[in-house]
Amino acid sequence: MSATTLAALHPGDIATIVSIHAEEALHLRLLALGFRSGKQIELIRKASFSGPLQVRVGTTDVMLRRVEAAKIEVQKP
Amino acid sequence: MKRIALLGMPNTGKSTLFNRMTGGAARVGNWPGITVELLSGKILLGGDMVEIIDLPGIYDLHGFSDDEQVVRHFLHDNVPDLALVILNTTQIERQMSLLLQLKQLNMNIVVILNMADEAKKFGIGVDAEKMSELLEMPIFLLSAKYGGGYPEALQAVTKALRYPTPGMAEQLRSQLEQDEHIETEMARVLKHTVQVPARLSDSLTEKLDSLILHPWLGLPIFFAVMYLLFQGIFIFGQPIQGGIAAAFTWLRETALVPLLASLPQALQGLLLDGIYNGLATVAAFVPIIVLFFLFMAIVEDSGYLSRAAFLMDALMARLGLDGRGFVMLLMGFGCNVPALMGTRVMRSRAMRLLTMLVIPLSLCSARLQVFIFFSAALFSPKAAPIVLFSLYLFSFATAIITALIFKNRFKNTEPFVLELPPYRFPTLRQMALRGWLEVRHFLRRATKFIVAGVVMVWLLTHLPPSAAPASADTLSGMIGGALQPFFAPLGINEQLTIALIFGFIAKEIVIGALAVIYSLSGDALGNAIGQQLDWVQAYSFMLFTLLYTPCLATVATLQSESKQLKFTALSLGWSLGLAWLISFAFYQGARALGY
Repeated sequence: MSATTLAALHPGDIATIVSIHAEEALHLRLLALGFRSGKQIELIRKASFSGPLQVRVGTTDVMLRRVEAAKIEVQKP
Repeated sequence: MKRIALLGMPNTGKSTLFNRMTGGAARVGNWPGITVELLSGKILLGGDMVEIIDLPGIYDLHGFSDDEQVVRHFLHDNVPDLALVILNTTQIERQMSLLLQLKQLNMNIVVILNMADEAKKFGIGVDAEKMSELLEMPIFLLSAKYGGGYPEALQAVTKALRYPTPGMAEQLRSQLEQDEHIETEMARVLKHTVQVPARLSDSLTEKLDSLILHPWLGLPIFFAVMYLLFQGIFIFGQPIQGGIAAAFTWLRETALVPLLASLPQALQGLLLDGIYNGLATVAAFVPIIVLFFLFMAIVEDSGYLSRAAFLMDALMARLGLDGRGFVMLLMGFGCNVPALMGTRVMRSRAMRLLTMLVIPLSLCSARLQVFIFFSAALFSPKAAPIVLFSLYLFSFATAIITALIFKNRFKNTEPFVLELPPYRFPTLRQMALRGWLEVRHFLRRATKFIVAGVVMVWLLTHLPPSAAPASADTLSGMIGGALQPFFAPLGINEQLTIALIFGFIAKEIVIGALAVIYSLSGDALGNAIGQQLDWVQAYSFMLFTLLYTPCLATVATLQSESKQLKFTALSLGWSLGLAWLISFAFYQGARALGY
């Protein structure tokens, strides 16, 4: 068990969302896309040239930038 | 008339359902309280005409994005008689939150669980009857794409419309506090009605993604797709465009010219060269717009556009744009007009405006014709391709500079979190409908503007009637003369200035205008220009042509898409200023270096 952020995960890693430290607009959007504490999240891949991340939460695949991913605290099993 | 509002998250197939209900007979309209236009259509339901409004897709009723505010204001100022809520069945476990938020507003609601076909494929089981019972509203499983379950849902909508609308909470924001209650309610309903397999089995999407989003192969594949798309539009489009132009000429020569022969010369000119040519200019865009949106429907509905955003985001984020903006910018190299219309996929207004500011700098195929003519006339066959290539570089560079300069003025404040939907095959019906709707939109919005512009330039180049057309004695000649202090430092003479005034209509007619101005055509025109100008003057003229106002149709589209005179003026002013500065720097620089 180790705490880290979504941005620090590697492709293929599966972790559990601990908390989201985002401003209200981003927070609401993430909630609506299924990001909630306690939910499992899988990092599918990272785009080259420090591009965005592709993650899977529940049945939804989402892309988000690394800056935003750093605001999501996760725990690796 | 009773009103039905379609509500749902993005990617739920809301627009597909809307098209199915209205049969594509939709119109764009303004509504009180909101600034954007919404699609609406009237249909006959149970003996009464009913109006259906397609609201933008939203994630959250309390969110801060432009679309979320639009929906909130719409519901506040135009309470619908029925809200038809569309949820994506495959994502029901998170989309139900929006439904429960809407339920709190005490509206008449019918729920559609869309993409039932896809959910079945994924092994997601939903007990719609039980859910209906728990939530106390009618719920139907449906496939908007293929139509399964549609008649039953329509029947329920008709029935629900018979009941009066319950009241609606006055202050939507005050409901925010109840969201915690929503969480528990959602968990309760889902637990009893939905089964989702532990792991989704969409192996096709995963396999395709591992190729299409591959760290090294992704970008080359993206550029290959863009190249094919680009070639496809113009290989199919140009012959059709040529055919339409020929048809217009034929009609003019065989019917209109004899018919109008008895009219005074000036009136004939105004009718034929002014109004009729204006209509022909508008018609020339139709095949390109139809094809563009046929192909765009494939790229967008298949899910590839979000992948393009993923691949290009690293670069585009630095410019304040996103990957979808890059796709539109590339398409602008074919024709600016559909590329500007295509920016509608960007839901943040600031980012959309920034993209629209950049697109007119793309070297479109009409400008290319001018450059090919000039580089053939002024440069050796060996140098000509390098000249053309350098103009493309200028086009890209000015686009990047423009984005960098304006990215703080049009700052995107919406969170950049995009869904990557599974790959889907768009149906032919969807594609055709898209092309048709977009062309109708363009014709309605731009025709008057373009015809008026063409007539105005005709008047400028033919008044007073005593002067030879487009000569120095006409109004345009006088304007050209008056503008000489501005154009002389760029090495652009009076005749070329008049051609630039024509070029304001469309770059396609610049060469034709020069033929009229010099009373020469083809190779003879090329030789005359080649003798009169040196290469520095010619290149300066090409740079100016590349950067100043692309064409009337682009201006009309900028205005109809932004609905902001200030923005259109900014775009025009910026491109004119940039054209002048760059031509000036080039011309004076080259002269100073002794060329």
